[in-house]
Amino acid sequence: MTISRRDFLKVAGMTGGVLLAGGRKPAQAAETARTGQEDVEFKGMLIDTTKCIGCRACEEACNEANKLPQPAVSLSSDSVFEKIRDTGPDAFTVVNRFPNEKEPDKPVFVRRQCMHCNQPACASACLTRAMEKTREAAVVYNKDRCMGCRYCMIACPFDVPKFQYNSPTPYVRKCIFCYERQQRGEQPACSEACPTGATLFGKKRDLLEIARTRIYAEPDKYVHHIYGEHEVGGTGWLFLSGVPLEKIGLNHIIKGEKETSHGEQD
Amino acid sequence: MANRIDAAAATAEGAATFRQVARDTIRFILKELKPKGRMLTPFNVMSGTIILLGIVLIAIRFAFGLSSVTNLSQNYPWGIWIGFDVVTGVAFAGGAYVLTFVVHILKFKKYEPIVRVTVLNGFLAYVFYAGALLLDLGRPWNVVNPIIGNSFGISSVLFLVAWHFLLYMICEFLEFSPAVAEWLNWKRVRRIVEGLTTGAVIFGITLSTLHQSGLGALFLLAPSKIHPLWYSHNIPVMFFVSSIFAGLSMVIIESTFTHRIFKDRIGHDLHAAHDGILLGLGKGAVGALFAYIFIKLIDFVHYKQWERLATSMGYWYLVEVVGFVLLPTALFLQAIRKRSVKMVRFTAFLTAVGVILNRLNVSVIAFKWYEPVRYYPSWMEIEVTMAIICMELWVFRWVINRMPVFGVHPAVEVEEKTARDMEVVEWKASVL
Repeated sequence: MTISRRDFLKVAGMTGGVLLAGGRKPAQAAETARTGQEDVEFKGMLIDTTKCIGCRACEEACNEANKLPQPAVSLSSDSVFEKIRDTGPDAFTVVNRFPNEKEPDKPVFVRRQCMHCNQPACASACLTRAMEKTREAAVVYNKDRCMGCRYCMIACPFDVPKFQYNSPTPYVRKCIFCYERQQRGEQPACSEACPTGATLFGKKRDLLEIARTRIYAEPDKYVHHIYGEHEVGGTGWLFLSGVPLEKIGLNHIIKGEKETSHGEQD
Repeated sequence: MANRIDAAAATAEGAATFRQVARDTIRFILKELKPKGRMLTPFNVMSGTIILLGIVLIAIRFAFGLSSVTNLSQNYPWGIWIGFDVVTGVAFAGGAYVLTFVVHILKFKKYEPIVRVTVLNGFLAYVFYAGALLLDLGRPWNVVNPIIGNSFGISSVLFLVAWHFLLYMICEFLEFSPAVAEWLNWKRVRRIVEGLTTGAVIFGITLSTLHQSGLGALFLLAPSKIHPLWYSHNIPVMFFVSSIFAGLSMVIIESTFTHRIFKDRIGHDLHAAHDGILLGLGKGAVGALFAYIFIKLIDFVHYKQWERLATSMGYWYLVEVVGFVLLPTALFLQAIRKRSVKMVRFTAFLTAVGVILNRLNVSVIAFKWYEPVRYYPSWMEIEVTMAIICMELWVFRWVINRMPVFGVHPAVEVEEKTARDMEVVEWKASVL
């Protein structure tokens, strides 16, 4: 038997068509079966800087949960606020103090840590998927995959990932939203430790509602902006402030966009 | 039965000859590994010292971490090992894909004599400068991760660049391998790899256009961190276009040196044609420079940059663009008009400095220009970079002194496909 080219193409096309048409449904079903659960809602954190008293309980809890060494300046000492600190390979979150123009005797305390972006630049920069966005919102770090190229540090708009330059076998280090604790059903160490509710853990959707409600309820107390709702496409951590955001170091992205004026072209 | 014995005997004989050939080859290579010529020349002493010191520093770096040798910080994760060695080094290696395109695809025979040395240069640049990446990686043993597939970060531009480096190194080695085969006198291997050349060239050009621009695209991920005079959506295109004149001017510089140093290795044909070749390369560079200026100008207008020129970063930008892009273009034009090879050489040098400036600006100098504490390289970072350059020069010299890099062995230069060349000529004529 000989098959002409036309016949061959006919048969091949039909087979392919049938496979494509019939194959779609089972594939979708397989997808749901594989993940085995319905959509997971993004978790988030709401930082209300008007509630923060600068006790640094979050720092302490963070160090404990991540087995980090004790900070150089004792946790009970106020001298640490004399200059603005940054997170580091051994400090995943730091509290900074900023002057308050509205009420000079009540300074503003602002935490700094990974913002857990909705679409993290570090994860899209990573060529080994060491930085990875989880379904639960945490941006985690798979240290065994990392090759230490530090492209994540170049990419991160908040300069959060920190590198162990002093080590011959270095890792990139940052807050991972206490991912293991969340998996166990616990809340992150810092929000658990926060005595004033300045750091609040929950579903991101709920936290946005809470943030909006607070602004509506006390419009004079708050700046009418939820930092992190739209910045860099939205972040998992949201900030409320009583003073202009650029006064408390939350201007980074706003400033960048204004200065570089890429915003409108992107 | 008898047949089988014959076959066995033949196999045994074959194995014996193979062993013989292998033994001869190894002996030959061992003989060739020995240095030729005087050992204690000023160049050797100087570069040897630099290399030794560099090796010591590299050992320290791997024993105690990056901070023991570099000035890198949390704010500046990439220094000159990336900005100069990798980003700039790869731009300069661009001459290989440009020339192979001109000679193997467009069939401009004029440039054939310098293709091999350019490909060799490109290959070594990738091995050493892209290889220098390993020094900068925190966990270099994991460099295989994006290759072997246990973790493909396919959304990353760096993933593309990493794969391209690897594949392009293979391509360039294939393109150069006829010279290796001639050196070893492996006639059959030579015929095989010669047949692969066109494929390797086409694949190599595709890869080059992508990863030359990809190196620029790396910085698209940090729009708020790069000074707006340098940040642009067109960084990838600019990196690609500038790699053309970067590569060409490097070829001009390199052949200026090799023609002095390796006088006795260079054939008659190349010697006679050399000036014409350099002028032609200059013309190519001018074309690319014009395209580059055009993109730069559009970019400048589009991003409304006028008021930024009156700042200190603005002056620095003008130094780069006027002094090392516009000026070389004018000088190249003048040199071509006057047919002055000397001027072409000088301008090539100027252009190369401009490319270094541009790459360092994007990756290091204009990166986080707003920080109060800026990064500058430590002397050890510069030392290691120099050591890598010296190592490359040593290997380059070793290869040139042994393999037929300038011109083909007379023994193998027979089966050229004149018919196909004729077709190309006809096609070119019909287009004109």
